[in-house]
Amino acid sequence: MKINADGLHFQVLNEKVRSCPDEEIVLDNVLGQRYIGAGLCDKKVTINGVPGNALGAYLNNSRLEVFANAQDATGDTMNAGEIIIHGNCGDALGYGMRNGKIFVEGYAGYRAGIHMKQYQELKPVLVIGGVVGDFLGEYQAGGQIIVLGIGAEDKIPVGSFCGTGMHGGAIYLRTEHCPTDLPAQVCAADATPEDIEEIRADVTEFAKEFGYNAEELLSSHFYKLTPNTANPYRQLYVNN
Amino acid sequence: MSVNYFPAEFEVLRNTDKCIKCRACERQCANEVHFYDADFDKMLTHDDQCVDCQRCVTICPTGALKIHKNPNEFRQNYNYTQQIMTENYRQAGTGAVLLSSMGNPLPYPVYWDKILINASQVTNPSIDPLREPMETKVFLGKKPNKMSFNEDGSVNTKLDPHLELSVPIMFSAMSYGSISKNAHESLARAATELGTYYNTGEGGLHKDFYQYGPNTIVQVASGRFGVFKDYLETGAAIEIKMGQGAKPGIGGHLPGAKIREDVSKTRMIPMGTDAISPAPHHDIYSIEDLRQLIYSLKEATEYKKPIIVKIAAVHNVAAIASGIARSGADIIAIDGFRGGTGAAPTRIRDNVGIPIELALASVDQRLRDEGIRNNVSVVVAGSIRSASDAVKAIALGADAIYIATPALLAMGCHLCRSCHGGKCNWGIATQRPDLVKRLNPDVAYKRLVNLVHAWDHEIKEMMGGMGINSIEALRGNRLMLRGIGLTDRELKILGIAHAGE
Ligand code: SF4
Ligand code: SF4
Repeated sequence: MKINADGLHFQVLNEKVRSCPDEEIVLDNVLGQRYIGAGLCDKKVTINGVPGNALGAYLNNSRLEVFANAQDATGDTMNAGEIIIHGNCGDALGYGMRNGKIFVEGYAGYRAGIHMKQYQELKPVLVIGGVVGDFLGEYQAGGQIIVLGIGAEDKIPVGSFCGTGMHGGAIYLRTEHCPTDLPAQVCAADATPEDIEEIRADVTEFAKEFGYNAEELLSSHFYKLTPNTANPYRQLYVNN
Repeated sequence: MSVNYFPAEFEVLRNTDKCIKCRACERQCANEVHFYDADFDKMLTHDDQCVDCQRCVTICPTGALKIHKNPNEFRQNYNYTQQIMTENYRQAGTGAVLLSSMGNPLPYPVYWDKILINASQVTNPSIDPLREPMETKVFLGKKPNKMSFNEDGSVNTKLDPHLELSVPIMFSAMSYGSISKNAHESLARAATELGTYYNTGEGGLHKDFYQYGPNTIVQVASGRFGVFKDYLETGAAIEIKMGQGAKPGIGGHLPGAKIREDVSKTRMIPMGTDAISPAPHHDIYSIEDLRQLIYSLKEATEYKKPIIVKIAAVHNVAAIASGIARSGADIIAIDGFRGGTGAAPTRIRDNVGIPIELALASVDQRLRDEGIRNNVSVVVAGSIRSASDAVKAIALGADAIYIATPALLAMGCHLCRSCHGGKCNWGIATQRPDLVKRLNPDVAYKRLVNLVHAWDHEIKEMMGGMGINSIEALRGNRLMLRGIGLTDRELKILGIAHAGE
């Protein structure tokens, strides 16, 4: 089913999406409507135009594909499904995400992947084709963040304060340039062939979505950032 | 052995004439204070491990035990008190931040105790609650400013979602993880029987408790633990936790040791990993951002549930509440600086925030002045200790109150303020199976129901005395209050006259 979003208030548009019986929905002329796909289950939504903030918040096993840029808070507390963005993405991408995948073709703003977490078979994946702003993976508790830095091979692909408070999961950076300001709780190491195997499927999927050569991307040098196993918080408190 | 620099805080007194050496105290004490010495055939103690939780005193079959404050005294000093000296010794020994729990115990003014309630005499006679109906039912949520009706008399105004409370008292947020499963079950069952609500806190909802959904408020905090569609849909309302009275401005940290199997499942994080809630929601830096989270939750639940925004009472609380009342929230919960917690840095618990009485008075006034009081209901928390505190809170402008510490007391808590240690001998603030099973939900839920029924009865009695027969007529009725021993400034903020005026 096709829905013309032109001039529709977000409440009206989202109600149309929710009540649409079809599994596949195309939204045309989207312009800034927020909360598209919030908590949506078992649908495939194609979004033509720029969706507003909080796209796919609490997303529950749906696929949202955006043929434009996306704005802030995309995939907040996402629980399952896929968000594919053929463009760039604003701030706070994938906040508190627990499962599912987000692929951004271009760059992402500040505070991407904050407090991503994983649990049993639930493991969120965030792949960013370009570079990303400050505070990537702050408080990360699980899951996998992959920054490919395509077109920015000569510089550090992440901003400042990457991985502050990180206590789980991993961040992979496709670069020769390791961030210089990593906190003491984060270790950076050259990715091993086993590590590359860990990300192969996701990078391959990303390459397929956006027409890249996965092998070429995977043959580059990656840094892997993980939390320092010596828990940095344990010694902080004394009972009073 | 290294020198400790400070003596035990408490001393266990055992009356050896009464003690029959049954060793019950030894078995009951998770802090391992009591032990039996076979050589001397004597019960002995490690006083330094005692937290004064009173478990052994209560359990001892012969009444042989007493715990008292260690009478040993450092040299008297009103400035450097023994407490402050001891805390400095602790920190010098460890280099660590002091961690405490439960509410602020310091002698700050308790405004509830400086406010008196009115009663009718001669004119405007009092109402006998035994004879006449008293309405303590409350609806929480946005109230329309105007109502319109169809010709047949039915309501034509679209009403926002509401919570319906049979009593103006709810159980405030305590997460599964900070308290035990049995404690949660007791709260859930009591809320259901009472026709009110309990609150999951930020630790998610155990699958066994989904059945109590219609009486559950589910919380969404910065860590988003256990938050997903089913969780949001199960609750009767969703509470966004922006802050907590016991620790405004900082996040939470449940140590990995407390994340056992069930807690891990409920929070949806692996066993043994730390559960860290960042201090702020990193996607909320403004009222507009808050509005976005509110509406994303409303969208995800199809506008069927009221959204509560909980904040700590801080200096500019009135301005913040005014922003929240315009953000799309249905209910604002304000938590005062004496509110309890399962763990908070001592310095923050004891020094940050403001009393709920003053915060409530100024928020209610501000919302009225701006003509937006009906946009939201106001729920207050942070040390409402009794039915009279509740009546005073409602007369100052609250729609309902949240209680947590009184609920814990009903379940046996003795306010030893050691919840952060995870060894609660009363089976409340612990995940140790041997301790958790001491709290019997069948008994504890009944005690919670009793407590709230008793308060409700007292509230009705006080209302009747004032000649008021509904919470509706009491709310914001500050004429029913008088201050005692308060300065002009305090009276002005509270919006009440002094006794005798
Ligand atoms: S519980 Fe009471 S009687 Fe039993 S050993 Fe302890 S102090 Fe003695
Ligand atoms: S809940 Fe338990 S540990 Fe916490 S104050 Fe009460 S008795 Fe002490």
